[in-house]
Amino acid sequence: MTEPLHRRLGMTDDENAAVIDLLGREPRLAELAMYSVMWSEHCSYKSSRAWLGRFPTDAPWVVVGPGENAGVVDLGDGWLAALRIESHNHPSFVEPYQGAATGVGGILRDIFTMGARPVAVWDPLRFGPLDDPRNRYLLDGVVRGIAGYGNAVGVPTLGGEIELDGCYAANPLVNVMALGLLRREQLVLSAASGAGNIAVLLGASTGRDGIGGASILASAGFDQASGEKRPSVQIGDPFEEKKLIEACLELYQRGLVVGIQDLGAAGISCATSECAANGVMGMDVDLDAVHLREEGMTAAEILMSESQERMLAIVRPGDMDEVAALAGKWEIAASAIGVVTEGGTLRVTHHGELVAEVPASSLSEGAPRYRRPRRRPSTLDAVWADQPALPGSIDVGSVLLRLLAHPTIGDRSPIYQQYDHQLFLNTVIEPGHDGSLLRIKGTTKGLAVSTDGDGMRGALDPARGAARIVWEAALNVAVTGARPFALVDNLNFGNPENPEVMWQFVETVEGISEACEALGIPVVGGNVSFYNETDGVDIHPTPVVGMLGFADPMPVRPPRLDRAEPGMEVWVVGHNDPTDFAGSALARIVLDHHGGRPAAVDPVMGAAVVSMATDLAGWCPVLHDVSTGGLAVALAEIAVMSGVGMTVEAADWRELFTESPHRLVVVAPAGADLGDGAPPRRIGTMGGEAIDFGDHGSVGLAEATAVWREALARYLG
Amino acid sequence: MTVTIAVVVFPGTNCELDVVHALDALGADAELTWHGDTDLSGAAGVVLPGGFAHGDYLRVGAIARISPVMAEVERLAAEGRPVLGICNGFQVLCEAGLLPGALVANRDLRFICRPIHVRVESTASILTRAATVGDVLRLPLNSYEGNYTASGATLDDLAAGDRVLLRYCDPAGASTDDANVNGSTDAIAGVASAPGNVAGLMPHPERASEEILGSTDGVVLLESFIASLAVALAAP
Repeated sequence: MTEPLHRRLGMTDDENAAVIDLLGREPRLAELAMYSVMWSEHCSYKSSRAWLGRFPTDAPWVVVGPGENAGVVDLGDGWLAALRIESHNHPSFVEPYQGAATGVGGILRDIFTMGARPVAVWDPLRFGPLDDPRNRYLLDGVVRGIAGYGNAVGVPTLGGEIELDGCYAANPLVNVMALGLLRREQLVLSAASGAGNIAVLLGASTGRDGIGGASILASAGFDQASGEKRPSVQIGDPFEEKKLIEACLELYQRGLVVGIQDLGAAGISCATSECAANGVMGMDVDLDAVHLREEGMTAAEILMSESQERMLAIVRPGDMDEVAALAGKWEIAASAIGVVTEGGTLRVTHHGELVAEVPASSLSEGAPRYRRPRRRPSTLDAVWADQPALPGSIDVGSVLLRLLAHPTIGDRSPIYQQYDHQLFLNTVIEPGHDGSLLRIKGTTKGLAVSTDGDGMRGALDPARGAARIVWEAALNVAVTGARPFALVDNLNFGNPENPEVMWQFVETVEGISEACEALGIPVVGGNVSFYNETDGVDIHPTPVVGMLGFADPMPVRPPRLDRAEPGMEVWVVGHNDPTDFAGSALARIVLDHHGGRPAAVDPVMGAAVVSMATDLAGWCPVLHDVSTGGLAVALAEIAVMSGVGMTVEAADWRELFTESPHRLVVVAPAGADLGDGAPPRRIGTMGGEAIDFGDHGSVGLAEATAVWREALARYLG
Repeated sequence: MTVTIAVVVFPGTNCELDVVHALDALGADAELTWHGDTDLSGAAGVVLPGGFAHGDYLRVGAIARISPVMAEVERLAAEGRPVLGICNGFQVLCEAGLLPGALVANRDLRFICRPIHVRVESTASILTRAATVGDVLRLPLNSYEGNYTASGATLDDLAAGDRVLLRYCDPAGASTDDANVNGSTDAIAGVASAPGNVAGLMPHPERASEEILGSTDGVVLLESFIASLAVALAAP
């Protein structure tokens, strides 16, 4: 006996009943297809929406908050920045190159849909350990996909991060953040207004690729049969997207667009219903007018297709000729597929037959909202009690070498040197530092971005883990001279039908919210990726945040990790808690210990250190956030990248490897006065051919450099 | 006096605004020119900037070569006016036969975006006239097909005509296998036509034109090009 159609489309029996109830009749085939994608977890946020209202979203500089395609903030002097973060986790596991490539393409469309020119992309990545060739294949394919698409579409990739853990082996996380710049008068929203206006489908033709990507791939877990889902992965064409970007920006510039929406998950179903619903209008859509890639597509297939590089623009009838001419110049197709109507009904015809007639808002806003059960994991108390057991003494030199040799700590240039990270001549601090920094040409302003996540601490204590990454990201942008300004978050979780996963989720939202409130910054957008599970095993709760920092003015010579010189003094700012080892690199990598409870953040100390970093960036040659691997790794990175050794004093070896939050290393000319915002402590001097910790041990600079350089390179041969 | 430089935009070109920004900052007057334009008579010189013209589909430069504007570029080149190809523009000039040789995939079959060093080998061109032989420049490289290749006879011609402009080297100026990051034949990073008015290079001088971007070593090359415009205009 075959399963009923709604189940094969990923809908529950209750959801099917809700559709029947809403329409007062059995849905037509095409209608059921539309509801199945629009009401999918990926499109509707049905399990998370009840909790997302917790985020602080207001600030005087917020122009567009969560809910639109991207958040938009005001930089003054008529400049706005648009930012957004997304995930492409499941497609990247099924087909790493195309999965990652189309992730880049999708987020760029979210940015230029707002009227902004995309100026940079970041890619936070998570895989299983690299000694498994399958994980190396995934990493290599994803990096090539990001490079292949991002470089060719002409948007620089300015960084990201990499984390490795067994929980990601069968469910890698491929997140992508993008930033755009626009003038205030260029801002465009997605509402369709004006009955009689025309909906124009711009860009690539519609094919059978990516049908049901949102509902089948992104909103269900994985099992052995996941290879069969390969046809649900879309194929990207960066050249088509490049032409689409330029064409759309020129359309906006000429004032030819009333509203616009990109076609991502759920394709035409989503773009038409959201445009109509956002404008409190309806739309008549003729699927025969859609330019198709292949013959014989059914109405349901056309409506669900996730073919890439498409946009739906709402234009006035009198402007159609000019729109068509401009599309012709950029060599993109433009088809008038619909007309905006009064009354709120989305009416779709195919081969002259009515195939769908539903309230537009019922698709985009009518999805069920679930308040799923939550349960604190029963094992949590035992996990917290299981603090890492530290040896009385260790050889600091050999432990440091082991950490520097780890692919998540050593030199990441084998990844980011495959990405164009200089296009547009904005890049002031390139990948490889704490935060990247872009200038805004023609002004003295700069924008800094850092993406940060921490699955291990998320597993140990989701609220604390989440708060810590927000504070870490804040410090990462502060060391460039920026102040934390706005946040986007990508919440990667397991199956929301598992009450423990829902508990983790809600704890995480609370942790991020509290940290943002303490920092006084808004959350301007985000994405929730559930069902990151394979064969019933959930990933660690893994929030990834993208922090935007605003430097106004930008330091004339912002700090860099490679600017330390012999004779300069080394300082540490912040509180060295010598007991914070739960989830630390020392515990995970050296002791193979994965328990304990990480320390809580300290908002008072955190704010003092962040503020001090922003100030010191105006004149200090080197500032560095202390994070993975603790003080020892932070110091070694400065020594290696500057090519200068150092001598450092520490009372206790634990101070060198603890990962307590809110700490900053400063390298400054001898005799400098750092002030006393958060008490600075002088701990050493630059010089010599070794990273020398006195009685605790020492590492030759040449050896540390060699190990650090090979850490990731040896896996990407 | 400013003279107009036509910076050609093919669909897929992406460095055009960067080139205009860098040339304008040096006092030149650079303007974007669409690949469909068929009249460049007002231009004192032409730059084909980097990017992925026509998506680099079929083969890098293979479609751009037959874009309408290229007939004008060929005419200007034949008249002796300065024509410069940067990265993808260099690939297009090779494919169009305005420069010898070809660019193929990097030795390691990976995209390379990083600063490299090149040594100036000849000043007999619009790209290097203001430089000094032996100068070592730190410039950003950003390409997948950056590996220069040419036949033995072509290499002999280039050597005889002093037409190899730049070679990859280490920071001290020494030729090493490691420094030749994309595996180019004879470590060639840039070449010129026989009269020296058409030149191409793989690294991006416009990305090394301001202190805040990490290097100003590209300025001497852009200034050479700008100075060549005045010379070409002054010629009968």
